[in-house]
Amino acid sequence: MTDHIITPKIENRPVAFTQAEIGWTPWLEPLAEDDLTEAHLTGLVEASRAKSPYFRLLVRDPQVLEARTKTDKDIFYNTRTGLPRAERELAATAASRSNGCIFCASVHSRFASHHSKRGDDVQKLLDEGVDADLGERWNAIVAASVALTATPPTFGDDHIERLSAAGLDELEIADVIHGAAFFNWANRLMLSLGEPTPAVQ
Amino acid sequence: MTTSTPDIIDLLAGIKPGSSLDRIRTQRPETREQAQKSYRALFEPENFGDVSHAERQAIASFVAGLHRHPDIFEFYVSPLEEGEANRWVVEVLKAEIGAAQAVGPYGRYPAGALSVEDAPGPIYQVSDAGREALGAKLAAALEHAHLLVFHLRDASPRALQALIAAGWTTNGIVTLSQLVAFVAFQIRVIAGLGLLAASARRAAA
Repeated sequence: MTDHIITPKIENRPVAFTQAEIGWTPWLEPLAEDDLTEAHLTGLVEASRAKSPYFRLLVRDPQVLEARTKTDKDIFYNTRTGLPRAERELAATAASRSNGCIFCASVHSRFASHHSKRGDDVQKLLDEGVDADLGERWNAIVAASVALTATPPTFGDDHIERLSAAGLDELEIADVIHGAAFFNWANRLMLSLGEPTPAVQ
Repeated sequence: MTTSTPDIIDLLAGIKPGSSLDRIRTQRPETREQAQKSYRALFEPENFGDVSHAERQAIASFVAGLHRHPDIFEFYVSPLEEGEANRWVVEVLKAEIGAAQAVGPYGRYPAGALSVEDAPGPIYQVSDAGREALGAKLAAALEHAHLLVFHLRDASPRALQALIAAGWTTNGIVTLSQLVAFVAFQIRVIAGLGLLAASARRAAA
């Protein structure tokens, strides 16, 4: 097998943050669906992910992908206690907006809008950036997520105090930390292994 | 088997059994378990595949150094210090970390409405002496890690081509990307939960 890069030809490539359903195309060869073994399918966690070129690329290291996927799902979907889903997605969107991941921000801003019913505020974050005024509780979550996203991180006691003053308890603050931290994992993969493609009309 | 590997995030964030943060992590058992499994899949895999153990420790040490997190740097670099052969690599890594410092995220957006947000910053290259000591493959990995840590929006197919030219396979690049991205996640969880634990201890005192 020869290893080579893919340089996709993309017309109307997405050049702004959007909540539209844009796509993503890889710069390295994903495994072919027909070549996936049991070990790969275990790594994908969900059989439907075999349709995604992103996951078929990452499944070249199946054990890491499996653990990463399960970490992701628990951080965002385990909402019986702790921070509401909408605000975990807000943390993900803020990290993605700060790092500049147009694709990640599109997916998670849609989720944030859906779960919060505050699509205009979410759009303001995308349009104006991480300093947009979204009300104090959301501002505190965005500021904490952005501080965690900086390298080196600038997250400090002042961010914890601000989240606490905005009404978040310790578990909810830990959920903000995990949501933002996880997108510092996801953004680095999405941005470096491929690029966004326009929404299908 | 190394089933006794301690939970790395608890260890490095100073989360003690029975503490308030321990109870918080207990409410997210799957996150705790899978973050640890991610660590083990990257640093204690059954099969190291196209990325050697020493390469993995060296790259993670470099990433921790770029985040200016001495404890995590020490954690990742210590296995290299045990072997005579890698002792020199550790000195080279420290010198390269010193030369590679920056503040992120920066970089360029695709040309368009976001271009006004383009932020300049350094493009790091391993020193000649470093390249000689580390070899072309590891040197290329450090340059890519710097891109992923500080200015990920400058990523390009060309950057992946540089890895392939230095001897990286497609499988190896996937593992490398996961490794850098995972450590970036892990450092933020450790930094965040570490501060939260300290704040909880102050509140209880």
